[in-house]
Amino acid sequence: MLIKDGIPTKEDLAAVLPSEERLAKGPVAITECFQNIACNPCVAACPQHAISMEPDINATPKVDPDKCIGCRLCVKACPGLAIFVVDMSRPEDKALVTIPFEFLPVPQKGQLVCGLNRAGEEQGWFKVTQAVSGGKKNMTWMLTLEVPKELAMEVRNIKVGGYRDGE
Amino acid sequence: MIRDVEVLVIGGGPAGLCAAQAAAGAGAHVLILERDDVPGGQLVKQTHKFFGSERQYAGDRGIFIGQMLVEEMTNHPNVEIMTDTTVLGIYEDGVVTALKDEQHLKFRPKKIIVATGAAEKFLTFPNNDLPGIYGAGAVQTLMNVGGVKPADKVIMVGAGNIGLIVSYQMLQAGVDVVCVVEAAPNIGGFLVHASKLRRAGVPICTGWTVKEAYGDGKLEGVVLCRLDEKWQPIEGTEIKVACDTLCLAVGLTPLAELCWQAGCHMEFIRELSGHVPVTDENLMTSVEGIYAAGDVSGIEEASSAMVEGRLAGYAVAVSLGYDVERAQKEVEAARAELVELRSGPMGGKIRAGLAKVAEKRGGASC
Amino acid sequence: MRLEQHPILQFDRGEKVTFTFNGQPVEGYTHETIAAALHAAGIRELGHSQNLNRPRGLFCAIGNCSSCFMTVNGEPNVRVCVTKVKDGMEVVEQEGKGVVKE
Repeated sequence: MLIKDGIPTKEDLAAVLPSEERLAKGPVAITECFQNIACNPCVAACPQHAISMEPDINATPKVDPDKCIGCRLCVKACPGLAIFVVDMSRPEDKALVTIPFEFLPVPQKGQLVCGLNRAGEEQGWFKVTQAVSGGKKNMTWMLTLEVPKELAMEVRNIKVGGYRDGE
Repeated sequence: MIRDVEVLVIGGGPAGLCAAQAAAGAGAHVLILERDDVPGGQLVKQTHKFFGSERQYAGDRGIFIGQMLVEEMTNHPNVEIMTDTTVLGIYEDGVVTALKDEQHLKFRPKKIIVATGAAEKFLTFPNNDLPGIYGAGAVQTLMNVGGVKPADKVIMVGAGNIGLIVSYQMLQAGVDVVCVVEAAPNIGGFLVHASKLRRAGVPICTGWTVKEAYGDGKLEGVVLCRLDEKWQPIEGTEIKVACDTLCLAVGLTPLAELCWQAGCHMEFIRELSGHVPVTDENLMTSVEGIYAAGDVSGIEEASSAMVEGRLAGYAVAVSLGYDVERAQKEVEAARAELVELRSGPMGGKIRAGLAKVAEKRGGASC
Repeated sequence: MRLEQHPILQFDRGEKVTFTFNGQPVEGYTHETIAAALHAAGIRELGHSQNLNRPRGLFCAIGNCSSCFMTVNGEPNVRVCVTKVKDGMEVVEQEGKGVVKE
């Protein structure tokens, strides 16, 4: 249970996951932020005004899946590193998952990394399709991983180091 | 020789810097006394991004907020910062004494804003004095200011925000964080901090505590045990875990000695984590002209400390007659911001504490 | 051990100098505190308690407590967590209250 061990439950996640229909259309932000804390940089970061917080800053963020274009600006803006972007729209059986990352070394595009789930358990080796720096001041990297579609809602982190060169 | 000062801010951390920014911004002349060799307080080691809203610089990392405030105050024509200066006392006649470079200095301020912050609490268990048992903030200082790898293998005690954040920062420094143990049945810090630790493979064990530490001359490990719902150790649950460092993140307590000495009305308020000066809606203590802002008047997030500093700074400006109309508006805006920051479920404890302060004062809560 | 690289921070350590710990040379940097330099060298025991002679290490690292008192250049009760390293400094483990020099 989230408040006991830090792992969100299926019920927690069900409340923030977009519909399968929406997921199939293209990249979309998923805010894994389940607690009423005073924090709102994600709202300000969204150029589409797709993230709202009602009635005030203590509410949890709500993503409007019709407005969200999956641009990932919220991923690096979230101080809690709790926003991920998932793209299930690709025809093959692979999905793209973008995660925030603040460790060294940073894996490079094309390298294989060991993916971890929300409990820190290994999920397999996945290709990094993009590694984008958050910039000089933000400093949070955004890593996009190519994962099997059935793991798109599982992989949320990577093991630091030991990266392998991809084919 | 006694130096006359208009506004004396004691402590150059988030509350003190924002107090100076506000008071000087309204036109007052401010002197900040900082005991460390650099101003910034504990912001200098906060590598994580702050929460809150834009007005509290949310989304920016604490270190950069600190650098920005320090730079602004260093370049402000109305502000002087004296570092390596430890305030020794506030006397009955309003004179403040301080020590700098072995020199005894005296100041006579018109207004004083005490922003001395807090100290880390300790925990009682056998062998808790072994070298290697450190405050979580101490480890954060060693690694983020000193650039030293603080440990090879560490256990964190306390799943409040400090315990969770420092654990994550130790991972960033390449430390093996074995686990976070928390005596309470639930995680006390922000759950997003807990989740990012957990998905990096660090277990968070609620309902566990440290029974004792062991080691010859330095820490070599600890015995952990489970607690029942009455917080009593459950026999037979003890496990021995090897580690070279144990971090204690079991709360902070206000550094309010100067307020005591100045004769401020002090009260023990559990929800504010210790003895605090009783302040009014302008954050003025019971002693005319002495204000208190930030952790010294109750332990809270740095975001709130910054807003409290701003509130006290503008309140002082109003009382000195500087830019009164605008400063008064800023006072009210800061009050509204504090209400908002404290209005969620995480603010319950601080709201209860402040209600007690208001009761002791015999007035409305800020 | 010192951190060579960090995802967020860069460290300006200042100049490399040598000081002594119980007479043995230790490397440090001018922007480091004595406590940080000793820690980087793997030294955690900074003194002994007054009555039970138990080993003492640092606790708060920001000058609040008195756990890290050491004798520096003959002066006892120096908070080494907030005192910077200088070339040639003589740092000695402190026994109990230490002895104030004449």
